[in-house]
Amino acid sequence: MSKEKFITLQSTAVPLAVENIDTDQIIPARFLKATTREGFGENLFRDWRYDVDGKPKAEFVLNKSTFSGKILVAGKNFGCGSSREHAAWALYDYGFRVIISSFFADIFKNNALNNALLPVQVSDAFLKNIFSAIEKNPSAIIEVNLENQFVKLPDGAKESFEINPYKKACMINGYDDIDYLLSLNSEIKEFDLTQ
Amino acid sequence: MTKPKTLFDKIWDAHVVKQKEGYPDVLFIDRHFIHEVTSPQAFDGLRKRNIPVFNTKRTTATADHNVPTKDQHLPIKEALSRHQVETLRKNCAEFGIELYDLGHPFQGIVHIIGPELGLTLPGMTIVCGDSHTSTHGAFGNIAFGIGTSEVEQVLATQCVLQYKPKTMRIEVNGNPGRGVLAKDIILYIISKISASGATGYFVEYAGSAIEALSMEARMTICNMSIEMGARGGLIAPDETTFNYIRGRKFAPQGEAFEQQVKQWKQLKTDEGAAYDKVLTYDAADIAPMITYGTNPGMGIRVTDRIPTAEELKEISEKTSFSKSLEYMGLEPGTSLLGQPVDYVFIGSCTNARIEDLRLVASIVKGKKKSPNVEVWVVPGSKQVEEQARKEGLDKIFESAGFELRSPGCSACLGMNEDKIPAGKYCISTSNRNFEGRQGPKSRTFLASPLSAAAAAITGKVTDVRELL
Ligand code: SF4
Repeated sequence: MSKEKFITLQSTAVPLAVENIDTDQIIPARFLKATTREGFGENLFRDWRYDVDGKPKAEFVLNKSTFSGKILVAGKNFGCGSSREHAAWALYDYGFRVIISSFFADIFKNNALNNALLPVQVSDAFLKNIFSAIEKNPSAIIEVNLENQFVKLPDGAKESFEINPYKKACMINGYDDIDYLLSLNSEIKEFDLTQ
Repeated sequence: MTKPKTLFDKIWDAHVVKQKEGYPDVLFIDRHFIHEVTSPQAFDGLRKRNIPVFNTKRTTATADHNVPTKDQHLPIKEALSRHQVETLRKNCAEFGIELYDLGHPFQGIVHIIGPELGLTLPGMTIVCGDSHTSTHGAFGNIAFGIGTSEVEQVLATQCVLQYKPKTMRIEVNGNPGRGVLAKDIILYIISKISASGATGYFVEYAGSAIEALSMEARMTICNMSIEMGARGGLIAPDETTFNYIRGRKFAPQGEAFEQQVKQWKQLKTDEGAAYDKVLTYDAADIAPMITYGTNPGMGIRVTDRIPTAEELKEISEKTSFSKSLEYMGLEPGTSLLGQPVDYVFIGSCTNARIEDLRLVASIVKGKKKSPNVEVWVVPGSKQVEEQARKEGLDKIFESAGFELRSPGCSACLGMNEDKIPAGKYCISTSNRNFEGRQGPKSRTFLASPLSAAAAAITGKVTDVRELL
């Protein structure tokens, strides 16, 4: 089934300089009760965003009007912990299309790529540059170019990132894995019989 | 001569349906487990595409994450939870999948029932929409957690698209000391290599200390592989494995079983096979462990002090470290011994098997819980619960003032009714101490069933060796 296509994005970014952000923080388990994919953005970072009474916490970055955009920039080992794809759905539903970090947990990376959310891994040093660029100027426009695989800051600083060619093609064309797997149906059937 | 291979490579290579330059491998999946939380959107996908389940015999379902652990015979009170479990029922009926629903004698936490029913076997590929699928690797198979899009892939095609991870060998040799359980071994390893130290790898555990473990203890080890970032962990099958499987409900029986065992004996890493990384630990260095922070890598021997920011290896971790201690309400450089706890949770796919319950009972027999703690014992499955009752463990728990509940994930994840209240400390045999994992603002100390039982008696963090 086709998904939103991703080629390049220019946007302001939201900085969240915390390491080891696990999927329980991205979306706590008690909000996983829905049986559809939509609506999880409401509870994105729920317990960091709201206090126990549901009041927004002013100091959390998503509640600061200074920062907005389709890019989330986060500390290393983003998306560790639970395999819940709801984390990717919540980030996407909230409006993010790119997550930049210096390291991603494996399952999260797959989940994101399967949901038109691009995980971009940059070096620790470049991540620092991004954070300071946003800090200096919250309306700094960051370019994430998937086609040519680079991230560019307003001052021209650039770093390239890696992505598997197959996944890149899926993102650019809006394909998903099942389309490919379904095309192999008869080969898989034969394989199943030998098991 | 063919190139020597690791056990991981052997199993992986035997399951690749198609390999194509620039594409991930198409990996055939022998066994697929599903539960109520990560499957509904996958079934919706099948409906939208108007396709059936590829092979219904290879998928088994149970309800575990979002179920109450009290009065399971009554309809679930909370509407959304009830709806989620009913959706699983409806989906399984519509697509023809076997479901071990609430009340069924085989119901339980998905990673506990697979092995105990003999559905989990050596040499297989196993997936589930749950990161602790790594548990099954204890039987010498490739088992890993997947997201819901991948659950849909498996339902639709019995395959997932995967890149082959790198391999890591973790060897633990020697004899662990008194009071040291499999949980302590794995918490020790994670504290050494950090919560992300094995990201991108699949781990094989080996060495004399691992070989000496029972199947249930090996499951505890493999279960927590994901807590250091690994996709999964496995242990080569041996007599311990075969003896565990023999006679299990869905395992091959009689002559067929003996034939299988012959094949399973081939499942080991060849002499001279290369791993991408090898780590070795001495079991004698391990003591009963406890975590003090908000990721499972933040663990110490219970007799050690919490580190100070200066003692941390990586400077970049310092912010997260202070944030974490602040959340936990703890001071750097202090000892956790004597720290009062409010709740004791004995359960989860890490430590809710019968051996865990027996260990707990062995310590609390004839004793009473401390009045300041509430203690929940939540068996991992109906079968574990039955067995505990048969052995009279329920009586021991009851007279100690522990509450024996019905099977489910319970307070492991703060999703169902069982939650630890804000600000309270819980010593827990589960696997994650993330902020809010056991309920909003709850504070978790991860530890072994013995250490948890000791804290239940004393009401505070205790070196269990003092009670042995
Ligand atoms: S017991 Fe906890 S970790 Fe295990 S499957 Fe359930 S929620 Fe996940």
